[in-house]
Amino acid sequence: MGNPLESLPKTIVIGILLTIVMVSLINYIY
Amino acid sequence: MDFFEPTYLSFFSRWLHVMSGVMWIGLLWYFNFVQIPSMSKIPDNEKPAISKVIAPAALFWFRWAALATIITGLTTAHLNGYLYDALALGILETGSQKSTVIGIGMWLGIIMAYNVWMIIWPNQKIALGIVNANPDDKPAAGRKAMLFSRTNTALSIPMLYAMVSAQNLY
Repeated sequence: MGNPLESLPKTIVIGILLTIVMVSLINYIY
Repeated sequence: MDFFEPTYLSFFSRWLHVMSGVMWIGLLWYFNFVQIPSMSKIPDNEKPAISKVIAPAALFWFRWAALATIITGLTTAHLNGYLYDALALGILETGSQKSTVIGIGMWLGIIMAYNVWMIIWPNQKIALGIVNANPDDKPAAGRKAMLFSRTNTALSIPMLYAMVSAQNLY
């Protein structure tokens, strides 16, 4: 399996998933 | 209006920050959404137009816009009085949820600017033949620059969410 960052759509999905994790963590902490 | 009052200076710094950021992330997205996917569709004899002319010019504005964005961003945070709280991700006694959110955005931006200056630019100089290097090293340098450019594209999504939400939600 190749590096997902070689694919632009997968890169965008990773970015969106990171955003969801970030927002969830902030909501969990506060 | 007093142009030297703190409110105006803070606004002015943020205006410079947004303009620098638009240029930086705009060029980052140009590389990732337009240039990189288009290279395989360009005939070999026309590729130098990209690699010798357009890419070096775009990389010039890209890396200096990245630096300008960091400098104006830190200045904006300082003028608004939340620089240390944000860099500490809101864990100081004076911190708040807003400090945590803007701090995450700031650290993502700092990591991205580090990638630009310390990884993407040095490797692009090798890949594009801007510096003398072993021709065998060019493909690996180009791939490394591309992967870190993609990393920055992924990080730009939560970074912009943090930046905009810190100002509008908290």
